[in-house]
Amino acid sequence: MGSAIQNRILIGLEIHTQLTSLKTKLFCSCSSDYRGKDPNMLVCPVCFGIPGALPVLNKKAVEFAVMAAIALNCKISKRMFFFRKNYYYPDMPKNFQISQYDRAGGVPLAVDGFLHIDVKRKRKKIRISRVHLEEDPGRLVHLGPIDQSPYTLVDYNRAGIALLEVVTDPDLNSPKEARIFLQKLRSILEHLEIFDGGLEGAMRCDANISIAGGTRVEVKNISSFKEVERALSFEIMRQKDLVEKGLAVERETRHWDETRRITLTLRTKEEEHDYRYFPELDLVPIVITNDFIEGVKDQMPELPEARIQRFITTYNIPQYNAEVLVSDKALADFFERCVKLYNKPKEIGNWMMSDLLRYLYENNLELPESKITPEHLVEMIRLIDDGVISGKIGKKVLPEIILTGRLPMQIIEEEGLVKVTSRETLEKIVDRVFAENPKAVEDALTDEKTVHFLVGQLMKETKGKADPQLANQIIRERLEIIKAKGRP
Amino acid sequence: MPKLNELTAKETVEKIHKKEATAEECVLSVFERIHRLDDKVHAFVTLAEEEALRKAREIDEKVSKGKPLGRLAGVPVAVKDNICTKEIRTTCSSRMLEFFVPPYDADVIEKIKMEDAVIVGKTNMDEFAMGSSTETSYFGTTHNPWDLSRVPGGSSGGSAAAIVVDESILAFGSDTGGSIRCPASYCSVVGIKPTYGLVSRYGLIAYANSLEQIGPMARNVYDCALFLSVIAGYDPKDSTSVKIEPKDYTKFLRNDVTGFKIGLPTEFFGEGTSESIKKQVWRAIHKLEELGASCEETSLPTLEYALATYYIVAMSEASSNLARYDGLRYGYRIDRDDADWSTVYSKNRQTGFGAEVRRRIILGTYALSAGYYDKYYLKALKIRTLIRKDFEQAFKKFDVLIGPTMPIPPFKIGEKIQDPLALYMCDVDTVSANLAGLPAISIPCGFADDLPIGMQILAPPLREDLLLQVSYAFEQNTTYKDRKPSLK
Ligand SMILES: [Zn+2]
Repeated sequence: MGSAIQNRILIGLEIHTQLTSLKTKLFCSCSSDYRGKDPNMLVCPVCFGIPGALPVLNKKAVEFAVMAAIALNCKISKRMFFFRKNYYYPDMPKNFQISQYDRAGGVPLAVDGFLHIDVKRKRKKIRISRVHLEEDPGRLVHLGPIDQSPYTLVDYNRAGIALLEVVTDPDLNSPKEARIFLQKLRSILEHLEIFDGGLEGAMRCDANISIAGGTRVEVKNISSFKEVERALSFEIMRQKDLVEKGLAVERETRHWDETRRITLTLRTKEEEHDYRYFPELDLVPIVITNDFIEGVKDQMPELPEARIQRFITTYNIPQYNAEVLVSDKALADFFERCVKLYNKPKEIGNWMMSDLLRYLYENNLELPESKITPEHLVEMIRLIDDGVISGKIGKKVLPEIILTGRLPMQIIEEEGLVKVTSRETLEKIVDRVFAENPKAVEDALTDEKTVHFLVGQLMKETKGKADPQLANQIIRERLEIIKAKGRP
Repeated sequence: MPKLNELTAKETVEKIHKKEATAEECVLSVFERIHRLDDKVHAFVTLAEEEALRKAREIDEKVSKGKPLGRLAGVPVAVKDNICTKEIRTTCSSRMLEFFVPPYDADVIEKIKMEDAVIVGKTNMDEFAMGSSTETSYFGTTHNPWDLSRVPGGSSGGSAAAIVVDESILAFGSDTGGSIRCPASYCSVVGIKPTYGLVSRYGLIAYANSLEQIGPMARNVYDCALFLSVIAGYDPKDSTSVKIEPKDYTKFLRNDVTGFKIGLPTEFFGEGTSESIKKQVWRAIHKLEELGASCEETSLPTLEYALATYYIVAMSEASSNLARYDGLRYGYRIDRDDADWSTVYSKNRQTGFGAEVRRRIILGTYALSAGYYDKYYLKALKIRTLIRKDFEQAFKKFDVLIGPTMPIPPFKIGEKIQDPLALYMCDVDTVSANLAGLPAISIPCGFADDLPIGMQILAPPLREDLLLQVSYAFEQNTTYKDRKPSLK
C-alpha cells in the first residue's frame, strides 16, 4: 500500500439545487410545481423553445440566489450576466442552456465563498469557487438502465426550473466529507426557506475525483446526498484498482448508475463538449446594488450555526445533539414544535437522537417521509412520564407510530400494552417465574448481579408491560423473604 | 380615382371612418391584385384571405355600430414570414419550418390587431433572413417589380415588393444588417430600422438577436410614421425593450429642414459604390441643401471594419439561435425511427436548412469555438464598441448622417448567388446601424436605368423623429414616390 500522500483523494463538487420555493420557472411564468404532473403540460413558448419567444428573468430567483450566496460567505457581483452554454441534447428545448460563466468575459452571481464542515470534531474549510443561476433541462425517462433502454421519453415540464449551482474547490478528501458538505449545504438552503431537499431530484450533483494527484474524472448524475457517498466510494475504488494494476486512469466523464451502483463511461476526453459560451443578449445585465443585498440580509431567516447555539443555550441540550438536529431542518423544526407542546427539551432530544433517528436511518427514510408528528412523540413521552406505559413499551410503539401515524394511546390500548402496575398481578407472575427458575433464584440469593435475569424473565412473561420499578421491588422483597427463611 | 388597394394607410382609415369604403372592399381589392399579379412577383409565401375577410367584416360591424376604431382600421398589412402569427403558418422561408404554425402572436402582431389592421398574408424572405436578395428562400425567389429578372433585395424582399405593386398597403420587415433598408431601396419604398429596443422582438424568429429589429415598410413617409407609432413601445416580454412612453411619430412630419446639420461619411461613398448611385444620392443631398440643410463630408474610420464585424457577430449568434431546430418538438423531421437522436438531428438539420443557413451556422460555430473565441467573437465585440463611439462622436456634430442605402443597383437573379462574398459586400453601408443599434431609414431618391435608388439616413438612438422629418421634407419636395412599376 502507498503512503498517505499517494492515497490522497481530492473531490470537488458541482451541486445543482432547484430553488423549490419559487412559484414559477426562471425565465417564464409557467408553474414550477412539476412533480406528478402529466408530461409536457407545464410549458409555454419560452420554456419549450418555440421560435421567437424570449426569456424574462424571475426577480425572486435573484433574491433567493443572493440569499444563498450571503449564507455561503461569497462575494456578490455588482453586475452579472447570463451566458449561453451551447450543446445538443434532447432534454434541451433550445439546444443551449441559459447559464452563467466565469470566463470569456462572463460574471457569475457570486464567487469566492466558503463553508465550514465538522469532520471528526475538527473544523474544515471548504472553499466555494462560485454560485450562479441557470435553467434546468427537461427530464429524460428511460426504460431500465440508460444504456439498455430501447427509447428515451422527454418531459419538458422541468425545463426552465431555476437551478442554483454551487461549485466547490477540490477541498474534500473523502466520500464522507462530501456527504457532510452536502448535508450542511442542504440544511442552510432549507433554513433560508428557498429549497426543499425532500422533493425528488431537487438536489443533484456532479463530482470531480482524483487520487494521488492523478487524472481527474468527472462523475455525473448523482441524484441525492444519500447517493454521493456510494458513487464516490465506487469511483475511488475503481481508480485505485486501476493504479494498483499499473493501468492509467483516463480523463473522462462517467455516469453514476444508481440501480447497478457503478460508474460508466459517458464521454472520453476526445468527446468532451466545447460549450461555446457567449453572452445571452436576450437578457440585460443584472445590477445588484448594496441596498438590495442589505435588504436581502434583513429578511434572512436564522441560519443553522446560530440555531445550534440557540438550541444549546435555550434548551440546554448537548452541543452534539444540537448539531445533529440542526443538520436537517425538518428535524430541528420537529424538535422545536415538540418542545412548544411539552417543555421537556432534554427528553425530547434524547428520544429523537436515539430511537427516532436510528429507525429512520436504518429504514433509509427522511423525517417528512414518515408518519410521525410532534403531537405523537409528545403524547408518547407524556404517557411514560405519567406512568401509563414503560419506556420499554415506548421504544416498542415508536416504529408503529412512524409507520402508521396512529396515536400512541390508540396503539397501546388496542395491543393491550398499558403498564401492569397491580401488585397482586405482578406477585402472581413473580411466583411463577421463581417456580420455573430455581437455579436462577439460587444464584440471585448470593450474587446481586444476577437479579436482572429474573427481572428479564418477568418482563418476558408480561411482554414488557410490567412496571419495572415495581417489578424490581417485588423480586427483591421475595428474595429477602427467602433469605430470611433460610434456604429452601 | 385610385383603386382602394392603391390608397395610402392614412387615406384608407379616413375612407372607412367616413363610410366611403368598407374594410371588406379594401381587403378584397388587395386580394384581387394579389391573385392577378403575385404569380409574377411572388411576394407572398402564405395568404390569409379567409382570416382577413373575417377581420374586415368585424371592423365593418364596428363602423356600423358606431364603435371606436383603431388607428389602422381596415388597413391591409403584409407580415414578413419570420414574425409569429397565431394560427397562420410562419416559415422563415425555410423547409425547416414549412409547416410550422405558431401558438402565439408576436407583440407587434398583437399591437396591430388592437388597432384594427388586417393581416393579408406572410411575405417571402431570404431563408431565416440570411441574404440580401430573397434568393435563398426555400419557396423560390421574389422578383423585383421594376424588372422581373432582378432581385427585390432582401431579406424582406417579399414585403417591399408587395407594397410597391399595391398587393398590400403596409408591410412588416425585419432588419438584422439591412434587411428592411436594402429591399426598400431596391423596390422604391420607405423602410425604417428602428433603434434597437424600440420595437419588441417578442415573436420575431431570431437570426442575430443583438442586431435585429422589426420595422415598418410603406409607400410613403407618413404611413411609415403612422405604422411605427403603432408598433413601437415597451414590452415586458422583451427584456431588451426600451422603457419609453409611446409616441405619435406623425407629429414630427414637418416639411422643413432649415438649420439641419447633415454629415456625409466618406466611407458610405467608397470604391465599391456605383457611379450612378453616387450621382443620384448627391443630387438628393443638394436638394436638402436647397431646402435649408447644411451638408458636410465627414469620416468614421471604424466603418471600414463594420462588415467583417457584422458577419462574425451575426453568424455567431445565428449558430446558437438556430440550434433549437432539431425536428424533435416542431419543424422538419426525416422519417427515421431506427437511428439515434444525434443522427436524426444531423439529418433533420442537413435537409431542413438551405446552403446559406448551413454556411452561416458552421462559420458562427467556428467563431465561437475554444481557441477562436478571443480571436473572432471577442474582437468583433470590441470593434462594435469602437463603431458605436465613432457614431457618438459624429452625432455631436451632426443631426443625421446620409449616404446611399446600397452600393450597387438591383442585380440580376442568379448573378451573385454563387458568390457569397460578393453578396455580403452589398450590406457594407447598412450593417453599421445594426452594430451601433441606431435608427436608420431608406427612402426613394431617384432612378438610374429605370431601377430605383435609395438614400439612407441615420440618426442617434431613439431619434426616429429626426429621420422622419428629413425624409418627409425630402419626399414633399420630390416626386419619386409617385413613380410606379409598370406591371399590370
Ligand atoms: Zn414556460
